[in-house]
Amino acid sequence: MTKKLPAKKPVSKSASKKPIKKPIAKAKKLDPKTQTIESLLELIRVTSTEIPDDVAKTLMKARSQEEQNTTASYAMGIIKDNIDLAKFKSQPLCQDTGTVIFFVYHPPGFFQNAFKDLIKKAVVKATQKGYLRQNSVNSLTGENAGTNLGEGHPSVHFYEHNKKEVEVKLVLKGGGCENVSTQYSLPDTTLGAGRDLAGVRKVVIDAVYKAQGKGCGPGALGVCIGGDRADSAYNAKKQLLRKLDDKNSIPELASLENEIVETCNKLGIGPMGFGGKTTLLSCKMTHANRVPASYFVSISYMCWAFRRQGVVLDKKNTIKKWLY
Amino acid sequence: MKRLNYPFSPEAVRELKVGDMVLISGKLFTGRDAVHKYLHDGNKSPVNLKNQIIYHCGPVTMKDKKTGKWTVTAAGPTTSIREEPYQWEVIRDHGIVGVIGKGGMGQKTLDACKEYGCVYLHAIGGAAQVLAEKIKSVDGLYLEEFGLPEAIWELTIEDFPVVVTMDAHGNSLHKEVENSSKEVLKAIL
Repeated sequence: MTKKLPAKKPVSKSASKKPIKKPIAKAKKLDPKTQTIESLLELIRVTSTEIPDDVAKTLMKARSQEEQNTTASYAMGIIKDNIDLAKFKSQPLCQDTGTVIFFVYHPPGFFQNAFKDLIKKAVVKATQKGYLRQNSVNSLTGENAGTNLGEGHPSVHFYEHNKKEVEVKLVLKGGGCENVSTQYSLPDTTLGAGRDLAGVRKVVIDAVYKAQGKGCGPGALGVCIGGDRADSAYNAKKQLLRKLDDKNSIPELASLENEIVETCNKLGIGPMGFGGKTTLLSCKMTHANRVPASYFVSISYMCWAFRRQGVVLDKKNTIKKWLY
Repeated sequence: MKRLNYPFSPEAVRELKVGDMVLISGKLFTGRDAVHKYLHDGNKSPVNLKNQIIYHCGPVTMKDKKTGKWTVTAAGPTTSIREEPYQWEVIRDHGIVGVIGKGGMGQKTLDACKEYGCVYLHAIGGAAQVLAEKIKSVDGLYLEEFGLPEAIWELTIEDFPVVVTMDAHGNSLHKEVENSSKEVLKAIL
């Protein structure tokens, strides 16, 4: 708690105007690898300690809608205080800094393995600095190496794009909300959910009901209709990269997203499951082709402490722009 | 706003009712999955938990390189339901009078709360900074071999904010909300 506060708090939105790098680091003129690690470390720091603007806006709106002097409004008040304090102290919003998931978009001719090594170095450093908890456990031995490295950790996904610059997005997905994430196989006879959008709607609402307060609501959903079990779950999670205030380009899904949020907020589960008006902040949906025999619906539940950020790196690997 | 001050007792927690917002001052012991399984397996607790509160939490902790002193830099609750198979036994055998966590617990724990005088206190999930601020000192570290998030941390707290969601009289807010949302769900589907 005696950590030195950063002299100037970087504000993610105005990052392009204000230089984020500390002057010392700039004067040193870091070699490209060290510079990349520094930029990735800053990405991890901001992701772990600051809520993206779109999420903050949605949360504050939800807060204003809860009735005064209820446990729900009390919870939302503490959530607001926590957002402010985490940013001010540059310490994790939530102690569960989650599965560390990187999405790297790069131009052709990019060296993925070398970049992955730098990501790992940044993750170790972020753990030493307390931006990440020692959160990676060997599933066979139970051992926690304390570095956040291990089989499958961190999770890194590469995509080639047609831009010249490298974009890195990061999601920290806590365990509580991951545990209430789920997958349905349609038709589902108990829910009377068939293989159509009406059936999809039913299972998504059921998932929110089943989660109750266990996923640290009010939550946000990423949903994928179709795909095999693995792709379906992954694509659902990738929907968490969308800004909460964007609009789905597929009209049927756009209206289903809105309708699900409205309907789920009638469940009355409320913040933390205390009862209240806001159970769900958003629902983002996508689809993937399936084989005729399968119809999976995957739901990735994200807690209110929705940690997602992204950066564009310039040629020198310094942060040129913040994406959220 | 009610207050619960150290030393804790079954009598004091029986005064608390579902829906009460409470500020706790005194002492906490963290304990989560590994600790509960350890106690369930019949191992002796390294600390006397009689009349103490257990906190389902795996904190972010930092050790000062010079002084060797620990500080807790993030300390929100973890999901409690995973301890449902063990919690009632820990209440019975170790005499704890409070469980802090998030998401609520089940019937076994609710029954044990009633029988032995214990209460479930819901902290705000994800509020790791607000809650870490209420930790005034780290007084002990036990079972470090489980890894730092899973170890038992002995902490002094001041005005630690919680909501009573399961009391010692058989009431559970979680059961209530689940039942009422089930009715709505039925109507929707």
